[in-house]
Amino acid sequence: MTIATRSDAIVIGAGIVGAACARALAREGLQVLVLDAGFAGGGTTAAGMGHLVAMDDSAEQLALTAHSLSLWQSLRHSLPASVEYDACGTIWVAEDGEQLEAVAEKQRVYEEHAIASEVLDARRLYALEPNLRSGLAGGLLVPADSVIYPPRAALALLADAQTHGAVLREQCRVDDIVDHGVRVGGETLHANVIVNAAGADSGRLTPELPIVPRKGHLAITDRHPGFCRHQLVELGYLASAHVMSTESVAFNVQPRATGQVLIGSSRELAGWDAATNRGVLRQMLERAVAFMPTLARMSIVRTWTGFRAATPDKLPLIGRWLPIQGLYVAAGHEGLGITTSLGTASLLADLVLGRTPVVDAAAYSPMRVLAAPAAAR
Amino acid sequence: MTDTWIVTIVADGRELRVAPGTSVAAALLGAGITTVRRSVTGEPRGPLCGMGVCFECRVTIDDVPHQRACLVTAKNGLRVTTAQQDAS
Repeated sequence: MTIATRSDAIVIGAGIVGAACARALAREGLQVLVLDAGFAGGGTTAAGMGHLVAMDDSAEQLALTAHSLSLWQSLRHSLPASVEYDACGTIWVAEDGEQLEAVAEKQRVYEEHAIASEVLDARRLYALEPNLRSGLAGGLLVPADSVIYPPRAALALLADAQTHGAVLREQCRVDDIVDHGVRVGGETLHANVIVNAAGADSGRLTPELPIVPRKGHLAITDRHPGFCRHQLVELGYLASAHVMSTESVAFNVQPRATGQVLIGSSRELAGWDAATNRGVLRQMLERAVAFMPTLARMSIVRTWTGFRAATPDKLPLIGRWLPIQGLYVAAGHEGLGITTSLGTASLLADLVLGRTPVVDAAAYSPMRVLAAPAAAR
Repeated sequence: MTDTWIVTIVADGRELRVAPGTSVAAALLGAGITTVRRSVTGEPRGPLCGMGVCFECRVTIDDVPHQRACLVTAKNGLRVTTAQQDAS
């Protein structure tokens, strides 16, 4: 395969974030070259649940997820069936009265971003999800949240980029980023714009980025159509996702189009060790069974791990990286890269073209890491 | 040989009479039922390895889905649901 000798933009990483960025830039008329060290959509993207979710851990996180969800909703009807877009909604499950009371505030925050939600009492919760254990207090239904199959979504975004002239080169590992260029196996490829969208590996190419791989496990059952109908997440999830220093698990279960039940989620800092951690996997499955006891009767047909690109302040790094000419970063999306890929791409394209983004870009600027004290990294 | 040596199971509403010790998979095959489930894409699937390894013979037994027919011994009154007509 020949490399386009002259590109306007080189996107490093053909995960869903790189794919979305390539698509956005190609649609603006830029000649885009996408390079991936492995295969498109085959890294962290292939390890994610594909939950498109409005996440309210912080105002900035909610602004980006909400913007991204509106982009997914406009795009959904042009996506191929293989993306398995399912507008199943999320139910945040409240274990007790205290959690259910806190749901009102969550609903108010969503309302500010025009995200509809419905508080469920216990009766309504069990009407929607009869396989949840008894004794739960209720929950919050967010109907516009959805589920996709991430690797196929990345390929669909790339295919769209390619119809707009983008070129994809797989198994092409970038060694180094230089001013307006990248070095690949002794060759330097030039472009006005370089985008580091290498996900959990982006810190290798831009060493100042405080991105660490945050390992997660997933398990999938055999087919039990109708076992659950929404993405079910415990309200304690945010607390689990937020604690950075320890291992944590949360009840996070998803119905797949095949009738399989996808079970998450775990978080741990284990370097790049991709091996299944049986202790963490056990905790994760026990947490799932604690909420849905009949899950224990199902067979797990596959388990796998992946590495989220985690940042210390739980926000992605999107925007110009000033120390290197022409370099932009679109990385560090942790567990929200599938959701926020489209918002990231829209923000990045606006910044590249000198427009004012719909969402205030300042909070996501990667330059913040140079200002942060080392202790916070 | 008396009827006490015969075991009767019900497969998709049809009574199958087999010898004691017969596996459900063997009972189904003996009755000419070779497609017991469908793949994700709707392709027919039936018993292959006969020893619990390949998972191709999964059926619903007494309302419990995904049971390997080759590992379950036929017992009187046992109810089997296959996907021989159902493409879902």
